[in-house]
Amino acid sequence: MPIIEAVGLTKTYRVAQKKEGFLGALRGLVRRQYKEVRAVEDVSFAIEPGEMVAFLGPNGAGKTTTLKMLSGLIYPTRGEARVLDFVPWERADAFRRRFALVMGQKNQLWWDLPAADSFQLHREIYSLPLDQFNQTVGELTEMFGVGDLTRQPVRELSLGERMKMELIAALLHRPQLLLLDEPTIGLDVVAQVTITKCLKEYNAHRGVTMLLTSHYMRDVEALCKRVLVITHGHLIYDGALSGITEQFGRTKLVKLQFLGETTPEGLDEYGEVTERVGPAASLKVDRARVPEVLGAILERYTVVDMSVQDPPLDQVIAHVFQEAAKQMAPV
Amino acid sequence: MSAVLVALPKYLKIYRVSLTERLVYRADFFLGTILRFLPTVTTILLWEAIYEGSKKDELGGFKRDEMIAYLLLVHVSRMFSSMPGLAYGIARDVRDGSLKKYLLQPIDMIAYLVAYRGAHKTAYIATTALPYALLFFLFRAYFPPFPDALTLTGYVVSLLLAFLIGFFFEASLGMMGFWFLEVTSLLYIVGAINFFVSGQMLPPDFVPKPWSDVLKALPFKYLAYFPAMVFLGKVRGWDLVYGLVAEVAWAACFIVLARLLYRWGLRRYSAYGG
Repeated sequence: MPIIEAVGLTKTYRVAQKKEGFLGALRGLVRRQYKEVRAVEDVSFAIEPGEMVAFLGPNGAGKTTTLKMLSGLIYPTRGEARVLDFVPWERADAFRRRFALVMGQKNQLWWDLPAADSFQLHREIYSLPLDQFNQTVGELTEMFGVGDLTRQPVRELSLGERMKMELIAALLHRPQLLLLDEPTIGLDVVAQVTITKCLKEYNAHRGVTMLLTSHYMRDVEALCKRVLVITHGHLIYDGALSGITEQFGRTKLVKLQFLGETTPEGLDEYGEVTERVGPAASLKVDRARVPEVLGAILERYTVVDMSVQDPPLDQVIAHVFQEAAKQMAPV
Repeated sequence: MSAVLVALPKYLKIYRVSLTERLVYRADFFLGTILRFLPTVTTILLWEAIYEGSKKDELGGFKRDEMIAYLLLVHVSRMFSSMPGLAYGIARDVRDGSLKKYLLQPIDMIAYLVAYRGAHKTAYIATTALPYALLFFLFRAYFPPFPDALTLTGYVVSLLLAFLIGFFFEASLGMMGFWFLEVTSLLYIVGAINFFVSGQMLPPDFVPKPWSDVLKALPFKYLAYFPAMVFLGKVRGWDLVYGLVAEVAWAACFIVLARLLYRWGLRRYSAYGG
């Protein structure tokens, strides 16, 4: 049975339209005009136990709104969802004990107290038995490498250390589902890598299901095999991470090394030259034309070395977002 | 009822953790207490002058000494009933989305805030007990003989109920944040009116009838006036019993009001925002 099952989830907000200037504001007091904003439109997917799935989309695409519906913070306008076999927005106590939502930009820990005190509070909030609690705290602080820091007031910790504490707090009650909204936002590369590594280890160890949003492709590539891509409230892709390049990446990168000191003339007949260093050049070529182009180049020049690569994932994703924005833009 | 008992240790723990947190600020409390009494000194001098000028021994049923004692006692009442930042904090949590944590975790926001505020009050009262004791010792000549055990019990009960009324009244105000983006002006106006209607500025007995009766029929007198009057021995016997029963009833009303507003507010929050 899936851990998350969403069928036709739709959320429409009614947003008051503000007129410009003072007179406009006065008019707004008498008669307000509203505009309907479709944040999420007919989104359906299912996530199986133990999966780690990334939720990708540009800002305002509907990722956070979907996470809010799945965690029970808001009701959908239409559609249904079952999460851990509960209807999330009924907010049953038993449901709230079995998942956690971590938002990279929000603090749950008490600012002036050591994290250990906040952990104690979580123990009470979730009514955790003392043995289990101590064991979990021990495991998690070791895994995240923050053993000595739990007695230091949270305000004295670095952003990365604080995020680790936030994650530990969220995992204390051993949730079966972990929803992560931008867990590594603003962190340096080292902290980012540690956190993704720990999350991966935790998933392997405990089999927890994770759904995360992130703008850092590094996180996504490190953690998730499967991605959901959402733009303008519509789910446009649900499948393997590797499949994104095949479906949306229209070009490939051909890297060539020529004989001699420089690159020969006439390369731009075959594609867009993106780099030229000494005798080496990179060429962006339409996927469909790759065999034909390679044949032609080999015939015309003396090539010492060559490789064909997919473009970097974040470039593909950026391209997908841009295309979606163009399609949706009012004509 | 059993659900409440099961949940009780959770909120006691929150109370304890909050207490630890609040004690971080003990120096601030200490300074705050001293500074808070400075305006009172001017008020006392003002009333001294009023009694002097009126050439009367008694005004509005208050002797000069009783008046001075009253002004000090309403401070004690407000120590229990005032809730600085509570309403604003709730409205801010609604606005900036911090409210989420109460919806995601198995925890009730109102019960959590009661525990937190209770701890705040305990820390405040504990750290300021000494300066208060000193102050009351210095002003001892103005006070009537120390109340008997029964009156004292009534006094303590009236203060604890003042905490509940103050808390749930302010919490209800804070729930306005579900409907209005900005509540600062509303809270400022309510605060200013409250200073008068609670009897903190002067006893309602000084206002001409029937307005004084109106003021005394409102629940706000329990925030300052009523406990002070109990300590001064001006509410006795059955009057004390009726007064306390009415205080319980008002506390219950505000508890229900805050709960209802919270429920309606959440319904709105879940439908429109979050």
